[in-house]
Amino acid sequence: MIPPVFEYVRPNTIPEAVSLLQLHGEDAKILSGGQSLIPMMKLRLARPGWLIDINHIANLAYIREADGYLKIGALTREADVEGSDLIRSKYPIIHDTARVIADPQVRSLATIGGNLAHGDPANDHGATMLALDAEVVATGANGERTIPIRDFFVSIFATALEPDEILTEIRISVPPARSAGAYFKLERKVGDFATAAVAAQVTLDSGGSCTKAGIGLTNVGPTPIKAGTAEAFLRGKTLDAETIAEAARLAMDESQPSADLRGPAEYKKGLVKELTKRALTRAVERASR
Amino acid sequence: MANTHHIRVRLNGVEKEADVEARLLLIHFIRDVAGQTGTHLGCDTTSCGACTVLLDGQPIKSCTFFAVQADGREILTVEGLVNGGKLHPLQEGFHQEHGLQCGFCTPGMLMSSLALLERNPNPTEEEIRWGISGNLCRCTGYQNIVKAVQHAAAKMHEGVPA
Repeated sequence: MIPPVFEYVRPNTIPEAVSLLQLHGEDAKILSGGQSLIPMMKLRLARPGWLIDINHIANLAYIREADGYLKIGALTREADVEGSDLIRSKYPIIHDTARVIADPQVRSLATIGGNLAHGDPANDHGATMLALDAEVVATGANGERTIPIRDFFVSIFATALEPDEILTEIRISVPPARSAGAYFKLERKVGDFATAAVAAQVTLDSGGSCTKAGIGLTNVGPTPIKAGTAEAFLRGKTLDAETIAEAARLAMDESQPSADLRGPAEYKKGLVKELTKRALTRAVERASR
Repeated sequence: MANTHHIRVRLNGVEKEADVEARLLLIHFIRDVAGQTGTHLGCDTTSCGACTVLLDGQPIKSCTFFAVQADGREILTVEGLVNGGKLHPLQEGFHQEHGLQCGFCTPGMLMSSLALLERNPNPTEEEIRWGISGNLCRCTGYQNIVKAVQHAAAKMHEGVPA
């Protein structure tokens, strides 16, 4: 399949890319990893007149801790997220997430910024970033602004980014001691989108009770979903089989799946419950180490 | 044509220049422009991995990448594996262990396996299966492909002076 004709431009700086977005407006799309965009162009689900290739912009791919944050450059490839020692040791929830995105070849190109900016509720990092209470940095003509991830996903394939803004960085507060998370995904086969997936992040105090819990749900609604009721329920509680089971039930009630080839809605709701249980249990194990 | 771009790619070690339309996919550049038909176009939907090539050493699906994006970069395809007429240990492994039947997936399998062995020269069986998880084979059931990669890993170790 050959995509329709388009014009291709390759800016070397963010301001150049932003001015190209301003010039071409809704007719332009940012080409990052292209692993969602190119298939959509081949299927005519996306028909941009202009592709703005940001892959030659320097200093957009990095993973580092600074100023109390983990900062991930938007152009960081999933393979590099997956392979990062910092991520694996200190942010296992992000490692879990990156390694189940698509397949190795797709992860060579796909970027964490693209995964979020595409606004697909089936993409995996959305739920994880909701569980982590991340922020994204959007860069436009007037400079940078930060958007809390809970305000970022507006509706299916729609985000809080303005048409002339580029997602440039993801920021996560460095978690306190005794914090960890996990991501559990059920997919029919490698490379498929999640039938359902759940991200859970917890912080425990020295006595073992939960001071903070974050839960995000993948592909069970029009956007990634933050399971706020389940999160609030867990605060101050000891995370044992009983409280985890109740949180899993609450998270299930917050999911809004629809039936499709991957299964009926009731099945997906059941999956959310089970995956929430598993993700919270693994998160507690990791946080208690 | 306004949307034609001049690109220069290092394909299997040889500099290749061409004027390409922006929408030309890398797989079509490799097969139709450069005439190297070892790389196969399978599903054309980023699923099967038959079109896998290495871009600066990283495995990618060449059906989901524009040729213009490869400008200034290095592409390795199955044609680049043979060294002076001698099969690469991976090719030899696929031959010895019957890692193929119809052979359609083989060029992609070889390139994914190569990427795996270059970053992990001594993979476990699970790591091999993980490394080729983006490649579909409808003939072998994968067992002999795993053996072929193990064969190559052992062979490549022999070549390394202790």
